Amino acid sequence: MNTAAPPSTLRLRLSLRHGDFALAVDETLPAAGILALHGPSGAGKTTLLRCIAGLERATGGFLSHGNATWQDDAQAAFVAPHRRRVGVVFQEARLFDHLTVRGNLQYGLRRTPAAERRIGLEEVVAALDLAPLLDRAPQRLSGGERQRVALGRALLTSPRLLLLDEPLSALDRSRKDAILTFLAQLPARYGISLIYVSHTLDEVIQVADYLVLLEEGRIAGHGPLADVLGRLDLPLAQRDDAGAVLEAEVSGHDERYHLTRLRLADQHLTISRLARRAGEKLRLHIHARDVSLALNPPADTTILNVLPCRITAIAPADNPAQALVGLESGGQALLARITRKSCDQLGMKPGITVYAQIKSVALTL
Amino acid sequence: METFALWPPALLTLRLAAVTTAILLLIATPLAWWLSRSHNRLKPAVEAVVALPLVLPPTVLGFYLLIALGPQGFIGAPWLAATGETLTFSFAGLVVGSVIYSLPFVVQPLQTAFTAVGEPLLEAAATLRASPWDRFLSITLPAARRGFVIAATLGFAHTVGEFGVILMIGGNIPGKTQVLSIAIYDRVETLHYGDAHALAAGLLVFSFVALLTVYGLGRRTRTGWRS
Repeated sequence: MNTAAPPSTLRLRLSLRHGDFALAVDETLPAAGILALHGPSGAGKTTLLRCIAGLERATGGFLSHGNATWQDDAQAAFVAPHRRRVGVVFQEARLFDHLTVRGNLQYGLRRTPAAERRIGLEEVVAALDLAPLLDRAPQRLSGGERQRVALGRALLTSPRLLLLDEPLSALDRSRKDAILTFLAQLPARYGISLIYVSHTLDEVIQVADYLVLLEEGRIAGHGPLADVLGRLDLPLAQRDDAGAVLEAEVSGHDERYHLTRLRLADQHLTISRLARRAGEKLRLHIHARDVSLALNPPADTTILNVLPCRITAIAPADNPAQALVGLESGGQALLARITRKSCDQLGMKPGITVYAQIKSVALTL
Repeated sequence: METFALWPPALLTLRLAAVTTAILLLIATPLAWWLSRSHNRLKPAVEAVVALPLVLPPTVLGFYLLIALGPQGFIGAPWLAATGETLTFSFAGLVVGSVIYSLPFVVQPLQTAFTAVGEPLLEAAATLRASPWDRFLSITLPAARRGFVIAATLGFAHTVGEFGVILMIGGNIPGKTQVLSIAIYDRVETLHYGDAHALAAGLLVFSFVALLTVYGLGRRTRTGWRS
């Protein structure tokens, strides 16, 4: 790998107006790994994605990806979508009904010069379990099958950047998890970076390395996933399912009590037995509502997981009875939601050390 | 009593319809494509002009064609200079008249079919590295193939059934411009009802089969057209 190469970034300066809706974005984002674009419906996620793909043209804009400039209105430059090497998986599959599944998969592959191909048909068919579908007509596929074919079709163009617009909204839970696991491997396996649009926070937490929050056509906040989720100043922190993500490693199992021990930096967590090997890396989601705080190490408690933390910030919650507390433990951010009364009575303030009692830990993948 | 040959007018009619349909598909495909994609201000005007033959009496169309195709007309004069022949009362003149007269019957089914292909599929093809021309060939044309069958059938059948325009610009020259519909008129005028029956029944059956083809396809694809 050439370490002298410029870091892969996506430079966006776009503004666009559609009736009442206005998109105005001016940011430099990392284009490596998986970037999630999250926000409520109507925030402009799809419009932004379409601008990146070249399907829509913002006015007076600039758009570049790594070394490639896709739009520069100062130079009257605009690269057509078919020359951008950007793959798109649309929300509604958009398969070609006059071709079989195989024909759909080969459509983009045939138009990709051999020198640019990094992914082969067999590989995609195996990874997405498409073999039984190859000779079928797209009209005879289920919603989930259609999305798998659409994903395979886009991958076979060996894109530099793969854009996914709510691709899993029609899928059931187990299919969703399988495809998310597959997506999470794409950057490392093929050097493809992903922009994943979703209004479902759970999906975002499962796959994203970097999170961009879009609201009413503007970027409300962006940063590495754990940083953004740990921030108290974003509306995200006010949601009932707000919480932090922690990176952990399986350190061992306790067969007698059917438990698995996880290591996070210098701390440990114990959760219900997982079918994972020691050394495997995991991403945990800990909801703010499941974290309570104590000033001293609690004794005689039924809660197994207690992490010593430093308070980094305290902010009022939308619910006037509650407060949000930002915590830091071993370099990772944690979030707690407690009552404002406890907060005052125990003299909680930034800088002091507290003990976070974690009632439950959700595993993301 | 003269003997009347049924085949020359029938063959002339088929030849006229075949040539007209071929030319129409060449003209109507880009025109229908433009109409299905354009938001140009002139689009309604172009649509109205294309649809004029649907509402105008054939005599009106035939009258203006007679003038335009005549030796002093803006089409007829250059044609005369180039070929040494007049367009009126000739097979070439019939082709020009038929192309204009049957244009809406080919443009409209194609426009409907192209519109039905929809921007989303073409966008998907663009993100799969297909250039605009490639997208037209690989997505639009195959997806609109039933529209082409319908357009060709309607254009052909409508040209076969043409009467007024031909009468105005082509006259009634046996073997040269006397097509089936004219021959029927001619036979009835001269009280040869037997000949008229044979020709009329043939046209009736042909037209029915053509429409059956069209409606059969239309039902399967839900491709409609206005006429």
